[in-house]
Amino acid sequence: MDVYTFLIQLLNGVQYGLLLFLVASGLTLIFGIMGIINLAHGSFYMIGAYMAFSLASLTGNLFVAIVVGVVLSVLLGIVLEWALFSHLYKRDHLEQVLLSYGLILVFEELRSLIAGNDVHGVAVPAVFSGSIPLTDTLSYPVYRLFMSVVCLALAGLLYLLIHRTRLGMMIRAGASNREMVAALGLNINLVYRLVFALGVALAAFAGMLAAPVSSVYPGMGTQVLIICFVVVVIGGIGSIWGALAAALLIGVADTFGKVLVPQAAGVTVYLLMAAILLWRPEGLFKRSG
Amino acid sequence: MGSARGAVNGKAIAIGAALVALLLFPLAGATFYTELVTKVMILAIFALSLDLLVGFTGLVSFGHAAFFGIGAYTLGLMAPKYEAASLWVTLPAALLVAGIAAFVVGLFVVRVKGVYFIMVTLAFAQMFYFVFHDTKFGRGSDGISMNFKPVATIGSYTPFDLANVAHVYFLVLALMVATFVFLRVVLRSPFGRALMGIRSNEHRMRSLGFPVYRYKLASFTLAGTLAGLAGYLSALQFGFVNPELLSWHQSGNVLLMLILGGVGSLFGAVVGAFAFVALAEIFQALTTHWQLLLGAAIILLVIFLPGGLASVAARLKRTLVGEAIDE
Repeated sequence: MDVYTFLIQLLNGVQYGLLLFLVASGLTLIFGIMGIINLAHGSFYMIGAYMAFSLASLTGNLFVAIVVGVVLSVLLGIVLEWALFSHLYKRDHLEQVLLSYGLILVFEELRSLIAGNDVHGVAVPAVFSGSIPLTDTLSYPVYRLFMSVVCLALAGLLYLLIHRTRLGMMIRAGASNREMVAALGLNINLVYRLVFALGVALAAFAGMLAAPVSSVYPGMGTQVLIICFVVVVIGGIGSIWGALAAALLIGVADTFGKVLVPQAAGVTVYLLMAAILLWRPEGLFKRSG
Repeated sequence: MGSARGAVNGKAIAIGAALVALLLFPLAGATFYTELVTKVMILAIFALSLDLLVGFTGLVSFGHAAFFGIGAYTLGLMAPKYEAASLWVTLPAALLVAGIAAFVVGLFVVRVKGVYFIMVTLAFAQMFYFVFHDTKFGRGSDGISMNFKPVATIGSYTPFDLANVAHVYFLVLALMVATFVFLRVVLRSPFGRALMGIRSNEHRMRSLGFPVYRYKLASFTLAGTLAGLAGYLSALQFGFVNPELLSWHQSGNVLLMLILGGVGSLFGAVVGAFAFVALAEIFQALTTHWQLLLGAAIILLVIFLPGGLASVAARLKRTLVGEAIDE
């Protein structure tokens, strides 16, 4: 592997990892703050990708599609939290798992009814359709760089939101002691609803952003969900920065795994997870207490 | 006292009646329904095995299908191309392989708790799915078709014929009853009591000096082995294995069976398997998009009936008994 191939694979790995972070951060926030395990989180990624596909062909512009899609997914998050997930706060994990399993089945069938079972492509926006030449034969697509930059910017915004705003303060307080926050008179239900909507929007946004690169296909939601579980397990549940580090680790490991040992491509990340479980069963960044 | 004994007798009568019905069922004819009930009883063994983990050890596994699939694939991979495999070789092999797989996975997963356990079991199951789906070893997404049903011949004596639908039915029925009785004995043993202690209060069990990790690992291994039995029987019945046997849908459906029947009851696990298949058959008859209805039914079930069908029965009973007292 020469230095340029290495560089390209590294960039791909980082880009994949950052994308995983967008999905996993919502998953880990929702668990950390609301105590809800949501298997349907991957479905939001799938819904995002299908929205990018249908809205981009309607409006003719991916960016308009993304803006509309984000608004729709925030609404979806609010409705789902209000109608379904708000019933689950006092229930055990088994029931949360089952309800969100039912939700996956509903979303997948609706997807099949509305958009069919074909694989669809989404065009890369014209502005970013070029490639940066590295050598005579190798180049790196601009859109992938754009994706990484957007994901990094979002990670930065998330940092500011959580550490520098009033809402962030409530989120952090809610994560460490829900009852206390409620007892202090803060509207914890509103915080939950916003956090859930934020998680849905992040996952859907990731799906929309990835649509031109990954194409849009049935089963994409579950695939990303299970990888995100690996990310959350490695990073430590409830830890956003753990999720970022773990997502980058998984992104790079998976990308290089596919290049170096193609026979074992599917299992690389799971073996990595197994090794980390032996070393630190609570994840790399589990907060003490 | 009297009412408790009455309840016990009532349950015994229900189980006895169900057993007689199952014994007589194939005599009614209709091969289709004999095969369907065989399939349900295989799922009941699968649900029983998971109940040991979820209902009695307090470990919610979302990856139990892995061991079902491994049991099935053991038969698929061992079956020779031009002759029939022996039941007496392949069945113990399937149990052994599924048991070893569950032990190895258990070494990792029982180290973690609660929601981690759910995610990690799902991830490991997906790893096995990829192993069978993406490698030459598992023959890819098409799976393996077996040319011959296994035979039960010992020397020159053949006690039953595995190509005969009724014979397979009775074999599966016998194994389901055996699994039920076996788990009942296990749960009443000191080992089973310790598992239930871990379910209720792990810290206390640990401070009482119980090696909690080893107990959980034993429970996980046993549950995986029994799931392997169910998977083996499924491969035997259909003569066919593919990676979908290990899919997370399969893991989700078996959890659903437990909820339907009521978690933590062996009888409930069996009832749940029947209820699940009945539900699936009804929805499939209505529309090809039956998973939409199934999904909606699951959501409604969780929100409105947290205790499963068993809670409906209990509530009904309470209402009836309550009325009797009022009179």
